[in-house]
Amino acid sequence: MKKLRALWMRLGGVFSARQENDEFDAEIASHLQMHIDDNLRAGMPPALARRDALVKLGGVEQTRQAYRERRGLPWLETLGQDLRFGLRVLRKSPGFTTIAVLTLALGIGANTTIFSIVNAVLLNPLPFPRAEQLVVLHERKPNFDHGSISYPNFLDWRQDNHTFSSMATSRGYYFSLTGAGPAEQLDGQFMTSDFFETLQVKPMLGRTFTRAEEQPGAAPVVLISQGLWQRKFGSSPDVLGKGIALEGRAYTIVGVIPASFHFSGGILPSRDVYVPMGQWANPSLTDRASGMGMRGIARLKPGVTIEQANADMERVTRDLELAYPAADKGIGAKLVPLKEQMVGDVRPFLLVLLVAVGLVLLIACVNVASLMLARSTGRMREFAVRTALGASRKRVIRQLLTESLLVAAAAGVLGLGLSVAGTHAGLKLLPEALPRGEEIGMDLHVLLFTMTVSLLAGVVFGWMPALKTSQADPQSALKEGGRGMSGIRHRAQSIFVAAEMAMALVLLIGAGLMLRSLTRLWNVDPGFDPHQVLTFGYTLPPSLLHSSPDAIRAAYHEFEERLTATPGVRAVSQSWGSLPMSDEDDEDMFWMAGQPKPADDSGMNWALTYVVSPDYLKMMKIPLRRGRFFNTHDDMRSPMVAVIDDAFAHKFFPNEDPIGKRIVLKSGAREVEIVGIIGHVKQWGLDTDDTYPLRAELYSPWTQVQDSFVQRAPSGISAVVQFNGSAANASATIRRAIGQMSNEQIIYDMQTMESLISDSLAQQRFVMILLGTFAAVALLLASVGIYGVIAYVAGQRTQEIGVRMALGAQRTDVVRMVLLEGMRPALFGIVVGAVAAIGLTRFLVKMLYGVSPTDPLIFSGLALMLALVAVAACYLPARRAASVDPMQALRAE
Amino acid sequence: MGEKADVWQGTLALMVLKTLETMGAQHGYGIARRIEQVSDNQLSLNYGTLYPALLKLEQEGAIASEWGVSENNRKAKFYKLTRAGRKQLEREAKGWEQTKAIVARFLSPAEEA
Repeated sequence: MKKLRALWMRLGGVFSARQENDEFDAEIASHLQMHIDDNLRAGMPPALARRDALVKLGGVEQTRQAYRERRGLPWLETLGQDLRFGLRVLRKSPGFTTIAVLTLALGIGANTTIFSIVNAVLLNPLPFPRAEQLVVLHERKPNFDHGSISYPNFLDWRQDNHTFSSMATSRGYYFSLTGAGPAEQLDGQFMTSDFFETLQVKPMLGRTFTRAEEQPGAAPVVLISQGLWQRKFGSSPDVLGKGIALEGRAYTIVGVIPASFHFSGGILPSRDVYVPMGQWANPSLTDRASGMGMRGIARLKPGVTIEQANADMERVTRDLELAYPAADKGIGAKLVPLKEQMVGDVRPFLLVLLVAVGLVLLIACVNVASLMLARSTGRMREFAVRTALGASRKRVIRQLLTESLLVAAAAGVLGLGLSVAGTHAGLKLLPEALPRGEEIGMDLHVLLFTMTVSLLAGVVFGWMPALKTSQADPQSALKEGGRGMSGIRHRAQSIFVAAEMAMALVLLIGAGLMLRSLTRLWNVDPGFDPHQVLTFGYTLPPSLLHSSPDAIRAAYHEFEERLTATPGVRAVSQSWGSLPMSDEDDEDMFWMAGQPKPADDSGMNWALTYVVSPDYLKMMKIPLRRGRFFNTHDDMRSPMVAVIDDAFAHKFFPNEDPIGKRIVLKSGAREVEIVGIIGHVKQWGLDTDDTYPLRAELYSPWTQVQDSFVQRAPSGISAVVQFNGSAANASATIRRAIGQMSNEQIIYDMQTMESLISDSLAQQRFVMILLGTFAAVALLLASVGIYGVIAYVAGQRTQEIGVRMALGAQRTDVVRMVLLEGMRPALFGIVVGAVAAIGLTRFLVKMLYGVSPTDPLIFSGLALMLALVAVAACYLPARRAASVDPMQALRAE
Repeated sequence: MGEKADVWQGTLALMVLKTLETMGAQHGYGIARRIEQVSDNQLSLNYGTLYPALLKLEQEGAIASEWGVSENNRKAKFYKLTRAGRKQLEREAKGWEQTKAIVARFLSPAEEA
């Protein structure tokens, strides 16, 4: 307490220094006066009386000094002096200060940006209470490690497990909203009752579903999003109990879900409406073998680990396997922590970017360090004089470090500003590439990070020049006019050059590999031609839902015909099953006709199924290998036909001609005849399709689809359209044409096939662009750095060069000498960089496609390029050095 | 050197406090003279060292100061003991007595035998 009070007073002393100095001077004066008075009274002569008083005091100046040190906090005052002095020094060389601050700000800004992304995506907890307990459930089956769960299985999992406090499942669905303004498509979800309870999201109004409402046949109720509530109901509080018409049915609103409920980027995008699962009139819902695109979300009981949950679910699924061998043979549960599910894919990308951006900052630091070192040579005399006057080495280092920290702090502030602007721009540019993108922004972590990085940077680039400068022997420095230290200096600067080259090469190689990998991907043949083709989802009017299958088929025919007749549209096809490169995939099981039906599903064969129109092949430009594709005569009255792809033919008919062979499809137990073979299309993405276990593709004409499926189809299927002219025009005409058919008909998610493909590469592109930017910045910084060092060193040696030339050295000799001086460390750095890159690019392996992480062409090409840049950066100063007039140089001595 | 100064500083503070207790409010010069007298001139006190010690005590709240006029009509800064200072004196005097007793016991020849 006493100490604290004293500290506080002393802190105050720092700021009221002047006034208290005056006061103390007065006190000393009064002390001396009284002492002199006494001495005089004792009979001393005046001169002696004064001297005696001064001697007894021990010197006025010493007393003052001791008093001053006790009054304030000396180190704080020194710091203040250092800061003031540092600011003055920096202000006096605005060129140096600007370059140093800008260089560092670039590095710090880039680091802050990437860190703010890493922070939001990887570090921050998910926006749910105790999110670490949340687990996503998949069904593990022969072809899919992360397959969708069948509803009966889910119900049993929910009932039989002992390790979860709650479990829910949901399934995306597009609902048509009618009767409230023009018809529109709502992004919705069918879900079980505990969905929001599992996430611990509370409705802002009303309640969530009860278990009873989850049952089929329960009265239809719905939860709506805050967005829809505002848009359609003007945020009216008495919305509860009101009805909305979904799919032509009246649903009662029981609650409103807050807009802060985000679930994007993972498995469950945010939605407009939430409907209990039981309202889904889909017969497959009760089929234990049908996945139906469902994933589960569950919350672990407190204290339960994921391993325990895995073991528990293993027991549950083994029991089900015994109970339902036909459907559940080989079926397991796959648990993935929610955070892992959402951001697991991007973690390696982001870590690579973090490392890359750290290298950029290091290069910036090295640049500034080398600038400071060069500059400190000019200040050798200054420090020599200070040392001679009694400044300790510590004091000199402190002064220099204070200057670096000032630069770093300014750069930190500027970098933070750059980062705020950059993050906004960057996210707008690539909004879909990152999960949790909406959570990215500045927060305390980011600010702390920036502060730490700035301070560290200040120390990193400040300490070496400070040490070097303070090492200088004042004697020789004063004698030689600051030229004597070149030996030490050169070594440090060579290290700087080598380090910059090495780091720049690592970044260049990383970016080069990504670029090459991306070009490879772009050039991968997807198996179809995406040009001039677009796709969209649509629904027929809900009134058709309850019509006869033939009426529905007629409506589709009419839709197709009227759309085909639209100007600008060249061909139209339905697309009811899988759609390449989109997330839409559909599968069916089958067995060979003539063989007995396998006892259970694990004995069946799997294929991706495509349900299309005759024009599909032509418009997607998929090559026909053998046989024929569908035509308008393939309908319900003609024999059932199918077309397969290369992969199907290779897998199931390796040594025989598939044409004319018959297979039996499990859904509807329909027997179909294979009439043609076409090329394989990449369903699963340009890079991953080759390694996917399920690649066999089976096409059916939509005109032969069984009645039960046709009756469900009106609510949400896709069409593919080949168009003339621009996609924007085509999209507008198609929308207009469909609008004219019926105002209850909805189209949504219109997208060109080209953009589907490019979206599938969004993440790689995001990394490539950023890595490329960092590499470009690194290259720029490194070349400026090496140029600066060589120019400076050459400048220092002007006299020496003059002497050499006076003694007969040729200009070419001088150029060679200076070039070599720069190139030796540069080449050394390039070798080190190449070796480091071999070690580091291993971490890129998962992100690369069709290019080895040690691709010799990339390594040698970029090393060569960097060497050439270094030569150019050295050549300019070398030529300038050689153009020195020896007379002039010597005279300057 | 640092340690020695600390002991000296501490003792000096004790002497200052005791002086102020005995004499009441006093200026720096007066305190210095008094310490010298009491020590029977056996202590060679650099008067200058008194002022940082006074400042320290003031910062710690043991003494307070104000400008006044000396007996010889000189303007001078007078220091006086605060309540906290009185307590501190009591405490430190006790502590000093203890130290003295312990050291004395070590040094007494009877104990050594």
